[in-house]
Amino acid sequence: MIWVPAALVAAAMLLPLAYLVVRSLEDGWAEVYEVLADVETFAVLGRSVLLAAVVTGASVAVAVPLAWLTARTDLPARRAWAVLAALPLVVPSYVGGFVLVSALGPRGMLQEVLEPVGVERLPEIYGLPGAALALTLFSYPYVFLTVRGALRGIDPALEEAARSLGSGAWTTFFRVTVAQLRPAIVAGSLLVALYALSDFGAVSLLQYGSFSREIYIQYQSAFDRTPAAILALMLVALTAAILLLEGRTRGRGRYYRGSAARPTTPVALGGWRWPALLFCGGVVTLALVAPVGVLSFWLVRGLVEGEPLRPLWNAAWSSVYASGLAAGVVAVAALPVAVLAVRFPGWLARLVERMSYLGYALPGIVLALSLVFFGANYAPWAYQTLGMLVFAYAIHFLPQAVGATRAALLQVSPSVEEAARGLGRGPTGVLATVTAPLASSGVLAGAALVFLTTMKELPATLLLSPTGFETLATRVWGATTDAFFARAAAPALLLIALSAVPMYLLVIRERAK
Amino acid sequence: MSRRPPQKVQSALRFLGRFWIPIALTALLMAACGQPPSGQDAGETTEETTEETTTGETTAQEALTPGEGALVIYSGRSQELVEPLFEQFEDESGIEVQVRYGDTAELAATILEEGENSPADLFFAQDPGALGALTDEGRLRPLPQETLDRVPEHFRSDDGVWVGTSGRARVVAYNTDELSESDLPDSIFGFTDPEWEGKIGWAPTNGSFQAFVTALRVLEGEDVAREWLEGIQANDPFVYPDNATALEGVATGEVEVAFVNHYYLYQALEEQGEDFPARNYYLKNGDPGALVLAAGAGILDTAQNPEAAQSFLDFALSEEAQRYFADETYEYPLVEGVEPAEGVVALSKIQSPRVDLSNLDDLQGTLELLQETGVL
Repeated sequence: MIWVPAALVAAAMLLPLAYLVVRSLEDGWAEVYEVLADVETFAVLGRSVLLAAVVTGASVAVAVPLAWLTARTDLPARRAWAVLAALPLVVPSYVGGFVLVSALGPRGMLQEVLEPVGVERLPEIYGLPGAALALTLFSYPYVFLTVRGALRGIDPALEEAARSLGSGAWTTFFRVTVAQLRPAIVAGSLLVALYALSDFGAVSLLQYGSFSREIYIQYQSAFDRTPAAILALMLVALTAAILLLEGRTRGRGRYYRGSAARPTTPVALGGWRWPALLFCGGVVTLALVAPVGVLSFWLVRGLVEGEPLRPLWNAAWSSVYASGLAAGVVAVAALPVAVLAVRFPGWLARLVERMSYLGYALPGIVLALSLVFFGANYAPWAYQTLGMLVFAYAIHFLPQAVGATRAALLQVSPSVEEAARGLGRGPTGVLATVTAPLASSGVLAGAALVFLTTMKELPATLLLSPTGFETLATRVWGATTDAFFARAAAPALLLIALSAVPMYLLVIRERAK
Repeated sequence: MSRRPPQKVQSALRFLGRFWIPIALTALLMAACGQPPSGQDAGETTEETTEETTTGETTAQEALTPGEGALVIYSGRSQELVEPLFEQFEDESGIEVQVRYGDTAELAATILEEGENSPADLFFAQDPGALGALTDEGRLRPLPQETLDRVPEHFRSDDGVWVGTSGRARVVAYNTDELSESDLPDSIFGFTDPEWEGKIGWAPTNGSFQAFVTALRVLEGEDVAREWLEGIQANDPFVYPDNATALEGVATGEVEVAFVNHYYLYQALEEQGEDFPARNYYLKNGDPGALVLAAGAGILDTAQNPEAAQSFLDFALSEEAQRYFADETYEYPLVEGVEPAEGVVALSKIQSPRVDLSNLDDLQGTLELLQETGVL
């Protein structure tokens, strides 16, 4: 039963792949050979792998302590910190990258501040350091959210046992807590790594020649879709390799608790609370306050120069509506895939789950064009409808929900489900009334992730939405491409503000527990 | 401490939890079939989905028409710049316009992917390159001679399938704190001098820049173009993603000069005031660096509303619309008798090279050159 929806989901993932194969082979194998024989292609490949590795490592280093501080300690105002720490995810990378350049670039704001102190030159921001910094700042929330979700589901009994057996606080943290967080860390890291591969905004602004930038250059300049498709297929191969690697790190551990849920006692930080606050403050300042600050500056500067504020309600409503739909559809589509992967492990389940990641690692424009091709030629009645757009979002962002849901499901003991079965519930009933509610924190976290990323999605929105459909993201983009920074500021700020709402609700919900 | 709001969320969750499988299947099926989930209340923009016929085979032509008579425009020109123009056209002609905004190159790729099912009637492009790509694939239909004749010959397609609607000049933007006009060379070739090392900004992925390189190849030959690119490369230029950021780079002093289009400056002056520390410099003596390009439009071969598209073209070339381009986007009007905005250097004052824009269609060659020289 669970196989049917899961297989449907996996099949949808094949669409972009099929398109890429068709386009790659359009001019025969010679062209494929030519791209593959180019040394530069492999240099690009190397740069992409390096970027993904650095960004992933840095994200884990930032996100895990943040998650622990906001979930398990008596950090002052920790719920507010939790919301703030998740929000950088909604800063579009084309905005975030630009802000980073204007803040940290040569002759940027920081340079101006430091010049009187005698700092002549800041370290070079362009290239790997800048691209990695930008991507880390705006994608670490993937790890933060999944890890925080898992931390809240951890059974404190194990930690207490470790402590009572004489293990110190640090040892317990690393050997018991972090060990239990592994699936969440891995799931979040995977999202970060694949995002780093597919992002275009940050790498182009910070001038790092990664894969997605090369692919965009092909589309932008040559109108020749064949080399772009070949490069994109190589990206798919790279994704497959990363997924294989990730599969090996998963292990066979069990992460569910033996007993009923019990809240944990928050760790008292004591004197550590000050460095902890400094750390949270630093991250939030760089990743959220700085972009919001620069955007506000643009807005005010424009208003002072007499730039009118224009109504944004239409765009705001479209953004929320489409993102909400996408979040719902994706959360629901992710469940069968995740349940399959956790409860019925086997090569087929693994394959289905891994397939869900393919759409995510593709740069948005590749995915969008593949659906343009299928939509216009094979489903013209659906082409450029809202349904098609949501479908595109779903293909693109499914793994965000699969990862979070899977991590949460791992914490649900199968014996609870077995008990329900024993008491006469059918398998579907168990899934709906036992498994899904127990895993709800993961499902919701996944839906929130999808909502936040859909809010800022651009290529698919531009090409596949109903004609005339405008979102806050398209408004921001439309204004920045022609350097109307003041006009971009208002929709960008509204985008961030609206995205804060679901984050806030998600955190509020925790109090009920 | 308030603790009640979660109650509602909780019960909604419980509801979802109970019914998620049926909801999932319905939503998935709907998504797979492309029906807007939760019906038509999506509002204004969602078209009525026509009843599906037995096989779903190409009833496409009618089904794709978004409302009888609506003109569908794919606009590579940004909403900020051209939306008022579309609204004006709607008011005057009574024709409903539906616009899809996007990147010029991506929209061109979209039209090519859509094939004969493209819903677009008219393609409004930033640069001649994208129009050339559609021309090469035979996707644009011939325009009447009187439409073409509205603009000078070198601002329209040789095949008569697209027409320039407004001009943009390539300029050297320079930082006024660091430089004055007299410090700048007459020719774009002057910037290969080592004294410019680390001081130049450019945006090699930008369509206008690539059109300029194509012009360089056409005017001066492949070898000279290669030499120039290598010369600039040797001066370690800053690479910007687009003209706008390049100009910002000039203003912040990140670089001293950048090769950009002329109108970004005027927008910056409007937004940031007269003390914005950058100005435009026009190269001299018919230098390729003083090329004047055009944004333009063409009607698709698959257009379902070619008449409406034609009326829009006529409107875009009317005095009123040309005035709009001059005053609002600071571009050059191409129709005779319409003057550019105050403060913008007159087209006749620019010592631009004579080159036909439709000769600038070898983008593939330019891209290869840019890649061989390591610029891209």
